[in-house]
Amino acid sequence: MAFEKNLRSLTRPLSALILGAFVSAILIRIVGESPWKVAEIFYNGAMGSAYDLGLSLFYTVPLILTGLAVSVGLRARLFNIGVEGQLTVAALAAALAGIWGPQDVILNRVLGFAAALLGGFLWGAILGYLKARRQAHEVVAGIMLNFIAYGITSWLALNFFKNPDSQNPETIPLIDAVRIPAWSYFQSAPIGWHVLLAPLAAMLLWGFYRWTEAGWAMEAVGENPKAAREAGLSIAQKQFWALAMGGMIAGIVGFIEVYGNSGKFIVGFSPAYGFMGIAVALVGRLHPFGIILSAALFGAIHKGSLDLDFETEWITRDFAQILQAVLILFMSCATLVPAGIQNRWEGLKRRLYGQRP
Amino acid sequence: MDSVLDIILSSIRMATPLWFAAMGGLLAERSGVVNLALEGLMLIGAFTGAAVAYNMGSPVIGFIAAGAAGALLAILFGFFTLTLKGDQVVIGMGINLLSAGLTPFLNKYFFHVTSSTPSLSIDQRFVYGPTLFAFGLIVSVSFWLRRSVSGLWVRVAGEHPTALASAGIRVKRVRWAAVIFSGVFAGFGGATMSTMLASAFSRQMTAGAGFMAIAALILGRWAPLPTALGCFLFGLTDSIQIRLQGQLTGADSAWLLQLIQLGPYIVTLFVLAGAIRSSSTPKALGEN
Repeated sequence: MAFEKNLRSLTRPLSALILGAFVSAILIRIVGESPWKVAEIFYNGAMGSAYDLGLSLFYTVPLILTGLAVSVGLRARLFNIGVEGQLTVAALAAALAGIWGPQDVILNRVLGFAAALLGGFLWGAILGYLKARRQAHEVVAGIMLNFIAYGITSWLALNFFKNPDSQNPETIPLIDAVRIPAWSYFQSAPIGWHVLLAPLAAMLLWGFYRWTEAGWAMEAVGENPKAAREAGLSIAQKQFWALAMGGMIAGIVGFIEVYGNSGKFIVGFSPAYGFMGIAVALVGRLHPFGIILSAALFGAIHKGSLDLDFETEWITRDFAQILQAVLILFMSCATLVPAGIQNRWEGLKRRLYGQRP
Repeated sequence: MDSVLDIILSSIRMATPLWFAAMGGLLAERSGVVNLALEGLMLIGAFTGAAVAYNMGSPVIGFIAAGAAGALLAILFGFFTLTLKGDQVVIGMGINLLSAGLTPFLNKYFFHVTSSTPSLSIDQRFVYGPTLFAFGLIVSVSFWLRRSVSGLWVRVAGEHPTALASAGIRVKRVRWAAVIFSGVFAGFGGATMSTMLASAFSRQMTAGAGFMAIAALILGRWAPLPTALGCFLFGLTDSIQIRLQGQLTGADSAWLLQLIQLGPYIVTLFVLAGAIRSSSTPKALGEN
């Protein structure tokens, strides 16, 4: 029974993927390229070698986290579009903690991690406050907070902490000792123990919704706000926590970027991880483990798309965005068959089986 | 005195794209559809407007084409929200993402680069035409919404859809019409950006303007004239920001520039926090 239910919940993502691939193939044909060639580029780019696979994994990890962050909002019926800003603030916080913190390896890492969580939490809490207490539209406010986060972090990074030895827009680096070493299997891809933080967060979140009362309450206000209010739950409070908690999860991306990858805060380091998290969360059906799977898919798509720029004439990495958008559209409609066609189909079935309506 | 007049005139110019988009958003939202796709509709309009104006040598044709492109994308939005009953917020953001990916894709196909369309010459651009048109649009929307039968349908569709249905009017058709026109107007807004304020389309050039239009709508409580005033406020912030940028050219004030550019976003955020949702929100907003 449960297995059957799980199987049925796979039909929508799978049909959305097939439709998405179909729409993409048509677009690729229209501009005169071969869909098979593009599929091959995607495949080779995503997992052609251990290094490529490592980079796909490298993109997957933040996407798991941003997908989880978006899903926490959506479960409370809130659209947390501010994830991008939250992870940006968190990354700067982690970098600053790493620069200023004690140079002891463990203490420094713990401090950096705490700063990232706090930074993400703070930026999510601002959004949560605006939504819960000021009734601001969370999407519009989230977009504005993203612009502001980008502006303020780059302003701080470039005016007060700029790396004097580099032409790039980045802060002073952390000392090498505190950076997390990469495993050798993926060659030089930056994959170390820090990637385990993402599945760990997914597991914690799964337990949170399954076993804790707070998790249950946060879902209840999304599923049926009226009943939740009558049961004595404060909707505003749960909304605040759904957005602030999302920010905290997104904050882990900041830690991973600074300690696991670049060792500093680089302006514009995120290739829109926060926005990709929307598609990840929806295709993963808001389930923590589903999100891990869909993040792996989108991580591979993102890595694969980077090669489109120089391997095809007309198709660029922007194509991945189109594919994501198509998947979002197909995932979030109530039905894939318009009511008119459904009625006609029902009528046809009745006629075939000889029943009179 | 001169500089005050200058600032007002440039605010009006900066507010023009927002006026179009906000009127589009107003139509959709008064009919009960949350249209967060305004940003994407503007973006496709900005691209189409500049691309067609460049190829046909006429900004007017570009402007009309931008309206048509906005309508096409709005039909897609309507198909997923009204026909397939998708979540309006999520579908709206999906359309934005689609537009953000589609515009560089088309730009590459037609002009061989993803960054921008070729620069328009002076006779391929507008001087102030869209601004006058926007004035006319605001006044007509205001009158039409209050005085006409079809305007009444739109308002009732957003407040009491069941009452409209029992009067024999199909709610869905009213919403479809409102959504398509919101696409046309948002497309006009985008074309205003690329053919009047700038001389080309550039990547992601709308930079949140569609969302500012929605913020103006919330600030103006879904009424045309107050909403237009809200847009003017954002235009004013923008033009003050640009003026300050022009005056702070010294090397020691460069650090201030970046912060000043955030002005419009911060003002929008405060507006959102201050304009608490009231009874003027269309009651059936976002329902399927």
